Amino acid sequence: MSAPNKSFDPVEVTTLSPEALAGFVADALQAFAHAANLDELKEARLAHIGDRSALALANREVGALPPAAKADAGKRIGQARGQVNQALEARTAELEAARDAALLVEESVDVTTVMPATRGGRHPLTTIQEQVADVFIALGYRVAEGPEIEAEWLNFDALNIAPNHPARTMQDTFFVGNEDSGVVLRTHTSPVQIRSMLTQQPPIYVICPGRVFRTDELDATHSPVFHQVEALVIDKGITMADLKGTLDHFASSMFGEGIVTRLRPSYFPFTEPSAEVDLQCFVCRGASIDNPEAVCRTCRSEGWIEWGGCGMVNPKVLVACGIDPEEFSGFAFGMGLERTLMFRHGITDMRDMVEGDVRFTRAFGLGV
Amino acid sequence: MKVPVSWLRDYVAIPESLSGRDVAELLVGVGFEVEGVETVGDVRGALVVGRVQAIEELEGFKKPIRFCQVEVGPSNGHVDTPGIRGIICGARNFAEGDLVIIALPGTTLPGDFTIGTRETYGRISDGMICSQRELGLGDDHDGIMILPAGSATPGDDAFPILGLGDEVLDIAVTPDRGYALSIRGIAREVAIAQGIPFTDPADALPELPESSGTPVDVDSEDRAACDLIVLRTLENFNPAAPTPDFIKSRLAAVGVRSISFAVDVTNYVMFELGQPLHAFDADKITGKIRVRRALAGEKLETLDHVVRELSNEDLLIADDSGALSLAGIMGGLTSEISESTTRVVIEAAHFDAVDAAKSSRRHKLSSEASRRFERGVDRMLAPVASARAAELLIQYGGATYVGLAGVETAPDLVHVSFDPEHPSRVAGRSYDVSATKATLVALGCHIDDSKSPWDVRVPTWRPDLSTSIDLVEEVIRIDGYNNVPTRLPVAPKGSGYTAKQKLLRRSGLFLAGRGLVEVRNYPFMGQAEFDNLELASDATRRHALKLANPLSDEQPFMRTTLLPGLFAALTRNTSRGFADAALFEIASVSLPTPAQPATGITNPPRPSVSGRPSENDIAQLEALLPAQPTYVSAVLATGMWNDAIELVVSLASELGVDVTVRAADIAPWHPGRCAQIILGDRVIGTAGEISPRVNENFGLPKRTVAFEVDLDVLVLHANVTPSAPRIWTFPIAKEDIALVVAKDVAASDVMETVRQAAGELLEDIRLFDVYEGAQVPEGHKSLAFALRFRAADRTLSADEVAEARQAGIVAAAAQFGATLR
Ligand SMILES: [Zn+2]
Repeated sequence: MSAPNKSFDPVEVTTLSPEALAGFVADALQAFAHAANLDELKEARLAHIGDRSALALANREVGALPPAAKADAGKRIGQARGQVNQALEARTAELEAARDAALLVEESVDVTTVMPATRGGRHPLTTIQEQVADVFIALGYRVAEGPEIEAEWLNFDALNIAPNHPARTMQDTFFVGNEDSGVVLRTHTSPVQIRSMLTQQPPIYVICPGRVFRTDELDATHSPVFHQVEALVIDKGITMADLKGTLDHFASSMFGEGIVTRLRPSYFPFTEPSAEVDLQCFVCRGASIDNPEAVCRTCRSEGWIEWGGCGMVNPKVLVACGIDPEEFSGFAFGMGLERTLMFRHGITDMRDMVEGDVRFTRAFGLGV
Repeated sequence: MKVPVSWLRDYVAIPESLSGRDVAELLVGVGFEVEGVETVGDVRGALVVGRVQAIEELEGFKKPIRFCQVEVGPSNGHVDTPGIRGIICGARNFAEGDLVIIALPGTTLPGDFTIGTRETYGRISDGMICSQRELGLGDDHDGIMILPAGSATPGDDAFPILGLGDEVLDIAVTPDRGYALSIRGIAREVAIAQGIPFTDPADALPELPESSGTPVDVDSEDRAACDLIVLRTLENFNPAAPTPDFIKSRLAAVGVRSISFAVDVTNYVMFELGQPLHAFDADKITGKIRVRRALAGEKLETLDHVVRELSNEDLLIADDSGALSLAGIMGGLTSEISESTTRVVIEAAHFDAVDAAKSSRRHKLSSEASRRFERGVDRMLAPVASARAAELLIQYGGATYVGLAGVETAPDLVHVSFDPEHPSRVAGRSYDVSATKATLVALGCHIDDSKSPWDVRVPTWRPDLSTSIDLVEEVIRIDGYNNVPTRLPVAPKGSGYTAKQKLLRRSGLFLAGRGLVEVRNYPFMGQAEFDNLELASDATRRHALKLANPLSDEQPFMRTTLLPGLFAALTRNTSRGFADAALFEIASVSLPTPAQPATGITNPPRPSVSGRPSENDIAQLEALLPAQPTYVSAVLATGMWNDAIELVVSLASELGVDVTVRAADIAPWHPGRCAQIILGDRVIGTAGEISPRVNENFGLPKRTVAFEVDLDVLVLHANVTPSAPRIWTFPIAKEDIALVVAKDVAASDVMETVRQAAGELLEDIRLFDVYEGAQVPEGHKSLAFALRFRAADRTLSADEVAEARQAGIVAAAAQFGATLR
């Protein structure tokens, strides 16, 4: 601080001169600009606008000025301080942004190091049963179930397969206990249909997925334990047209819009008329027939894939279940699910579905 | 059934333009499955008929050789010898004047063997005289083929004569269509499919000479099982008569070996008409032939050289000396046609289908005859077929006709009452009534349409047609299934999946979501697996149903636990390099009651199918079956004992079920690391670490862990509509306490005691640490619990929290001697 200004001549207070103030401001601005980080900026702030800075000292001189000069000098110094503070604020924002950006760079990671967790999976035979059931639940059907160890009467007799019917030997049956025990491992899911008819009055619209058994050795295309899905409809006025329409709906729901089925006459004791169901090839849609340019492996260029069996429920079956064939009629159809999976997913060996290798099942995920 | 197209042409005028493949398509169109079409004989080039004009025997070679001058027709001869070729031949079974088959030079025989003109044995051989084997027509290599004298002219094309180039369809016949196991039956279907006339070979009885003696007599003692049997006796049969080539080649085409002329004739007529026939040596028959049931203890050696113990249910053809043949199945050895047979009896009968099926099954003997009788043979065919056989034996075997003996019960001709609108109602479209009538007539039906409904007499060769719906199927089949329209029926509104179905799905999703992989194992297990599980000898899980005919004697039982299958699948995966495999299965097990023996009962109830069985009948059927609950089980190769328990508890919690656990000692688990899963007061499963011994027995990774739970019970108790909790928002007060208790005190019991005592301010309590070691006394452990307190309506004061916490500690101290650490 200068000595008291006796002569009241502002010019004598050199620190308040416009030139001096301009110098202080320039020094401060330069120091801020040179500060490379927030720490250096803090030092520059203390040096240039702190209590002992030239500006602060100059500010104190104002108090000693005569009233006439006070206003003028006060204004000057206020402007100088405003200019410095503004610069400080701007530089602070700049350096803070730089600091934050540097931090983010520093925290960056290699995002390609992430590996998926070991996956669980549901067996495709489980999920295809659900998928089929979903189609029919949407139509208003019920999913019916029955035991795998089944009464022979329900598996055969009630289905118009009399004890010495050739069809009994066609379906190589596992007998439980002994061959006359009346108990078998069900050879098809049809006994579930019988159970439905015994417990429910028509109209009956059911779908019966499940595990069935025949005495075949396991190889690439056979398994003694396999899965079927069967449908049964009993109602007034049900015709073969209803059967065909339902099969076509099923085919297009599972394999794509427009995919249809065709029927070839066949024989099953529990249906009459009976038919084999062929599925239009969902890969080539028939374009491979007689076309060596477009060989189709899914249908072996035949355009159709053998899918299952079907027919109109034999009136004898209705009678055995206490349903009046004069009042009601119905249809039934059934498909092998292993086979369906094999041609849908290109599975070439039945054993893959049996062995439980985690690689196989994981590929199918949790199902849809 | 193999069907040569040329044979079909005997009865139906198939247009020449149709190939075998076209005929196959026709049959497919009316519902036959044609598995293949093959061409007979891989011969390319020229085969002609030749007549041996002169034979020159060549001497001085290792074997006798003939140089033959053969007439081969004007256009086929050698340029220097018009109409004649010189051919070297090593066979000696022919004479001058015989008609033979000549392969001209340039012709290629099966085996890619091309005939050329070559010099051999000092002569020029200009073609080849063929044997049956060289033409790929059979194994007969005794000598060259000789055609019946006068049956052809030298120079004739031999292809049609030999059936070469004929196409053979392989048709899969469904078990209801016995008639289709014959050329007659298939020819009729081809005629119907193509809309062309059919000549039924069974329409007219072949004309036989007058009877000339006393035929072998016959009787049927069981008219229910055999309502018709006819015997035709012939004598002066030449046992050395060769089988004519057309019969040989047709039998070869249908896949039957030529045996002797008489036997070949019976087979030929069976394939032609569908009637099984049997030929006996009449001189080996004692007295009268009878159809009767076998006597207990009776035996018969059948043609396959098996001595069969007969049952008194077996139907026999017998004579006064005993059994001659198993009726409708197979002949016996003693009365077989031999090389010296001159008197022949042709037997043709109609046997009951069920009887034939039973005998065939009883003796595990399926023959061409039994296949036909099981499926039903035309009731009217026996006299015709036996006459046809006699005709052939007379014509080609020099036999003379002795006469006919037979018995029959008048047939029941089947009449069906048929509404011509019935097919329309079944198919969902309308069928023209006159077309329907034409179809039924073509099938062989006789229709009286003056009545309404029609009276339809079905043909005797179609025992499968006995009701109106059977005729409906024929009408729709012949018209074509492709002509049936499509319509999607509208089901009544449904209620979707049952809760159980949804919860089973959710259980699988939960476990797979936790990283486990689902497997679907076979439900079979064996004695070794029960033992390897270290089950006590009286363990209920050893009481399993046994299959009468298991695929493997190692695994004859139906599983009572899912674990062995999972263990096998786990070791399969670990051995393939998936050391961290974790598997689960959701499937049923079978748990017979003590009253249900493993080997089953006999004489089970068999309700009538003529109406709905009574509730009592149904209950009796159900009583035959074991309980078959759905279990869920899992094995983890690299888990800890607690992971197995945690999975079960979490799964239960996912289903809204609170289960508790308590220590247990249950095989196959580790006795110190095994928990029973308890729901209410019921044990529903087990979880923990598998015992080291069982690990070793199954070759499992060390410290494999597993659980098995009755999923049906979990699902039954599932809370599918949980109440929403009230969400209180006043501040929480957290307190941790560590309680020292004796080692054998269950943490869950301590926690429950603290929970009860701390009262309703306690919102939650969790065990977060268990410590054993230097900081606690020997034989003790420290259980650290995190307690969370909250009130519904206020911020708790420190005093309130301290009081509740203290209440818990005091109760634990009182109950378990717990001390605060
Ligand atoms: Zn295709």
